[in-house]
Amino acid sequence: MMHAVAIPPFEHFYEQHRVEVLRLLRRRLGADQADDAFQETFLRALRAYRRLEHGEHLRAWVLTIAQNVALDALRRTKPTAELIEAGAEDSRPAYEDLAELTNGLPRTERAAVVLRYGYDLSYDQIASALGSTPDAARQAASTGVRRLRRSSPS
Amino acid sequence: MTISPDLDRRFREAAIALDLVDMGFDVVDSPIGPLFVAASTRGLAAISFESDPDDQLARIAKIAGPCVLRSPKAIDAARRELDEYFAGRRRVFDLTLDLRALPPFTVSVLHELGRVPYGETTTYGALAAAVGRPRAARAVGTVMNRNRIPIVLPCHRVIGSSGNLVGYAGGLDRKITLLELEGAR
Repeated sequence: MMHAVAIPPFEHFYEQHRVEVLRLLRRRLGADQADDAFQETFLRALRAYRRLEHGEHLRAWVLTIAQNVALDALRRTKPTAELIEAGAEDSRPAYEDLAELTNGLPRTERAAVVLRYGYDLSYDQIASALGSTPDAARQAASTGVRRLRRSSPS
Repeated sequence: MTISPDLDRRFREAAIALDLVDMGFDVVDSPIGPLFVAASTRGLAAISFESDPDDQLARIAKIAGPCVLRSPKAIDAARRELDEYFAGRRRVFDLTLDLRALPPFTVSVLHELGRVPYGETTTYGALAAAVGRPRAARAVGTVMNRNRIPIVLPCHRVIGSSGNLVGYAGGLDRKITLLELEGAR
């Protein structure tokens, strides 16, 4: 039987991913706003860390949190039209397997579907990545899957 | 690209201020070498002579949970009192201790240990008698050997009944230095 990957002490998790997170946030928000978003990203991760069930896919998880923190920041400062542009550019995390398949989905549904079915994360983890609740994450994933079924060629 | 010290410090301070950390730790310089020191909101939880945090974090996480973060602030009180102790300006530590997950016998032995005065020594047998288990000197020795909070819980003040120093988890040299600092030798 396979054992779940142990959850590393948060210090190790933070040291391992902080440079990549800051790089992503600077690309999305510029150096000025990136610092606040950096702090917010790791505080969100820390809030959810105790509830993690295993230590797999932590990189995808924290980059998804960073993506969402960046989008929240952009939403506060930019009109919606620009947001769609910004969201469409290289904002997608590298969920390679499901990336193409889920391309057409709205952002939240896409993230929920990919994190659930591509990375096998729990709805708790997905919720903290999306800044929502486990119920909302479950809803987003199931709506996303239904939408994919409808749009796939029969 | 690196994280600026200021950004790093702000995150660590916010994590402590928001009470999101199970255990904060840092390394403290001392005359007997760098000390790994960890504290939770309950109190001081660990001091180790093995100062490389990597070896200690898994151990700490097992006690308190995975939210373990380096945080100078979390161990401020312990650092200050240790500095004063090593400078000869403090004889009694005034720190609350986090002794969670220890068996009752261990806790009662550590409690008695905490009452052994500065500059004096006692024996394993005397401590065993003090907790009502006069034949448990060997078990007391094991508790001393595994003491999570040496120096503050002064296992260096416990010696053999014949007056020999016996042993110390941090090495006999450190035990001698601490006893000399306190004028007990």
